[in-house]
Amino acid sequence: MSVRIFIPQDTTACALGANQLVLAIEAEAERRNIELEIVRNGSRGAFWLEPLVEAEWEGKRYAFGPVTANDVQALFDGGFPGETQHALSLGLTEEIPWLKNQQRLTFERAGLGDPLSIEHYQLLGGFEGLRKALELEPQAIVDSVKESGLRGRGGAAFPTGIKWQTVLDTAGQQKYIVCNADEGDSGTFADRLLMEADPYQLIEGMAIAAVAVGANEGYIYLRSEYPVAKKILQQAIVEAEAANWLGKDIQGSGKDFQLHLRIGAGAYICGEETSLLDSLEGKRGLVRFKPPLPAIEGLMGKPTVVNNVLSFAAVTTVLARGAEYYKDFGTGRSRGTLTLQLAGNIKRGGLVELAFGHTLRELVEDYGGGTATGRPMRAIQVGGPLGAYLPAPQWDVKLDYEALAEIKAMLGHGGIVVFDDGVDMAQQARFAMEFCAIESCGKCTPCRIGSVRGVEVIDLIIANDNRAANRDLLEELCETMEHGSLCAMGGLTPMPVRSAMRHFSKDFER
Amino acid sequence: MQDVVDLEQTVTAIVVDHAGQIGALMPILHAVQEHFGFVPQEAIPLLASLLNLSRAEVHGVMHFYHDFRSQPAGKHVIQVCRAEACQAMGSQDLEKHIKDLLGIDFGQTTADGQFTLEPVYCLGNCACTPSLRIDDDIHARVTPKRFEQLLQSLLEPSA
Repeated sequence: MSVRIFIPQDTTACALGANQLVLAIEAEAERRNIELEIVRNGSRGAFWLEPLVEAEWEGKRYAFGPVTANDVQALFDGGFPGETQHALSLGLTEEIPWLKNQQRLTFERAGLGDPLSIEHYQLLGGFEGLRKALELEPQAIVDSVKESGLRGRGGAAFPTGIKWQTVLDTAGQQKYIVCNADEGDSGTFADRLLMEADPYQLIEGMAIAAVAVGANEGYIYLRSEYPVAKKILQQAIVEAEAANWLGKDIQGSGKDFQLHLRIGAGAYICGEETSLLDSLEGKRGLVRFKPPLPAIEGLMGKPTVVNNVLSFAAVTTVLARGAEYYKDFGTGRSRGTLTLQLAGNIKRGGLVELAFGHTLRELVEDYGGGTATGRPMRAIQVGGPLGAYLPAPQWDVKLDYEALAEIKAMLGHGGIVVFDDGVDMAQQARFAMEFCAIESCGKCTPCRIGSVRGVEVIDLIIANDNRAANRDLLEELCETMEHGSLCAMGGLTPMPVRSAMRHFSKDFER
Repeated sequence: MQDVVDLEQTVTAIVVDHAGQIGALMPILHAVQEHFGFVPQEAIPLLASLLNLSRAEVHGVMHFYHDFRSQPAGKHVIQVCRAEACQAMGSQDLEKHIKDLLGIDFGQTTADGQFTLEPVYCLGNCACTPSLRIDDDIHARVTPKRFEQLLQSLLEPSA
């Protein structure tokens, strides 16, 4: 009997040489006359161990990592794929503490098998949520999502159930389900990981939304920077249609849901939901005034559910296992699990899914293991490029929406980017403004012009040109952007800038 | 002359392929760029008339998005991530090294037509940075030395 070997096809695994590794392992096995069956699974999200190779023996999976093509011969010499004492041997995959200690719901299946195998997905509980939804009245589905306490995982944290209720209550022949898969925040990759490792979960979540609000058409708006996710989603949609989990008369229920994949074109702003809708309509991605809410007048002016990848994914758990089950994870008004992404200068980076309420320090120290460079950590940016930079005294903050808001920070999409003591925070503040200037849609003045002026003023502060007055001016500019911008891009760009000035003041006085 | 006819036929066929789709202009621009390697200037009035849009609208959409280019790119497109998670691992030094090595800035193509250099803001590979993308391949933990190896392998694909 041949041994099954798992080597991820995930972007990060491939970026670290997984494809070359497959060739090397195949060649070495052939040379030694060992029969192997190689499965290209998704990643489990332990990116620090990628490429993570697993060998399956008697139903148990043993991990090796990080393995490069250069290690292959020594690995086989040590007994691979059988028992081996090789230095890269990590023992049973499920016993790796970094993975074992997580509370995985959304990413429970990630990395277990071929992401495109519908059989595998169903074997592990896939489509149970949709199956249940098809038997429920629309209002009962929406109630369930409301009861779960699920809040939008894209960053704004708006209660998902309330959004769905609005769409359900709005009369209309044509309604749409739109997935925001334009994951542009630096330091985030949870959406990508889910789409690459467990794409049917997103499809299932969107189909549940369609059944709940009475929509028969949906779009996934995927950023063009994710070529691997694109390939996997394209195929997953075809397979799901063939298995009648999409398309006409889903599983004989009489319900239709047609799902399309659309690719963005490199504009960060299209992650803002109204800009995304304009982009889907074939226009420049300009932010719209609200109201009207997309739930009432969204895509093509029709009632539209717009949710993040992880929100749709979470809904499958809510439906399959019940709102109570989901709600039991978490704390206060932050229910369920949170997917945190350890990134930047971090020793053990990757995806950590935990119930809300763990501290930032636990994440970066216990899971992250400190910096990759081995130097002291100095600043942590939480919540993407629009999130605050936190100094050491704030690292004991609990990771939930309210606790972060209290210290003028935000959780956003759960990205955690660590910087060591080599960071120049004045430059980071400058970059926040620069990024806003590059990516602003240009519709409102505070964002379009404020960001350009922000770069100029920070340059003057750094150059010690009328420093005190310019610091005051920058504060004033930030206030104008916060209160006067049309969307979160201009409105939140001051968050990293002000946090840098507040907590790392001396970097502006060099 | 033949070129103009080809362009007209190709663009028309692409538009027909996308008939009836909501907001077809974006996927159409992607398809045009996929075919020609860029969006030729002559395609803009053509798209406008086929889609019943103004030339300004088509031009506006095309220039709003970073991905669409109005000039052919080099044989390989190199995108270097400039975002925070890569900065935290020294991407600015890498960026400078790449620019020096290729002798071009962002938005430019090397004189031999081999490489076009572009900035990108996040490739979703933020746990193993710095990241860059060469054509459809993403590379992780790229050091200046690693970049030189990658470049070499592109120049001598057989080696």
